[in-house]
Amino acid sequence: MNLSMETRENILVVKLKGELDHHSAESTRKKIDKAIIEKGSKNIILDLKELSFMDSSGIGLIMGRYKNISQKDGKLFVISGNQYVDRILKMSGLLKIIEAYPEMDTALKNI
Amino acid sequence: MERNHMKLEFLSKSKNESFSRIVVAAFAAQLDPTIEELSDIKTAISEAVTNAIIHGYEYGDGIIRIEATIEGNVIEIIVEDFGKGILNLEKAMEPFYTSKPDLERSGMGFTVMETFMDDLKVETNESHGTRIIMTKRIENLPNKER
Ligand SMILES: Nc1ncnc2c1ncn2[C@@H]1O[C@H](COP(=O)(O)OP(=O)(O)OP(=O)(O)O)[C@@H](O)[C@H]1O
Ligand SMILES: [Mg+2]
Repeated sequence: MNLSMETRENILVVKLKGELDHHSAESTRKKIDKAIIEKGSKNIILDLKELSFMDSSGIGLIMGRYKNISQKDGKLFVISGNQYVDRILKMSGLLKIIEAYPEMDTALKNI
Repeated sequence: MERNHMKLEFLSKSKNESFSRIVVAAFAAQLDPTIEELSDIKTAISEAVTNAIIHGYEYGDGIIRIEATIEGNVIEIIVEDFGKGILNLEKAMEPFYTSKPDLERSGMGFTVMETFMDDLKVETNESHGTRIIMTKRIENLPNKER
């Protein structure tokens, strides 16, 4: 699992690459939460495009970040459009509460 | 396809999640599955193994055993732990039920296994452990996409 983060104004953009399972979710969660505090980010975009695997631990990770950020009136978007991720995202019902975009540009415009 | 069988045992460490699903996927590759079928199998294994680690052996390491059998174009996969067992199975299998919401679990594991595989059976015994038995038929269409 490879994680890269950048800040654009008040948005934390997180790119996830590789396999997101229970093992990698724990360290990923810590890194994201630390960055949110350090940068004082209001909103967050999770880019899932480069993931080659995701199970329900990924759903838990997204859901947890969504809860935290929306408690502070922030927004969480995901970038998707990837065969390994889309099916489980749909199944989990997450797409009914979280906005998903196929491209970063449109997500940044809409946040 | 001629009958084939494998067995794998490992400690319930989260590091072993990716190792175990890759092993089973490599075994399943004999059936010439599509990328999607292989991804379904990997995800279902990952759910069962993660459950054994975080629920079955919540207080320490234990042994997880995986057996897989290929018969014809069907693969049967058994994921077994010898941990605490599931007290209320009916409730545990409901979508979105989790006994560990504090750990950011979503309660989707069993639903994922049911959806991604063709058949799912659960055998469990309080303080003896849990056996997850899953099967999937690999369609052998002549022009299937790969
Ligand atoms: N091997 C196991 N041993 C003991 N209890 C289990 C086992 N597998 C599942 N359970 C129980 O069944 C419940 C539902 O499991 P399921 O995988 O559907 O959800 P979860 O693991 O809680 O969340 P998620 O899989 O979405 O991260 C668990 O919360 C747990 O109480
Ligand atoms: Mg689970």
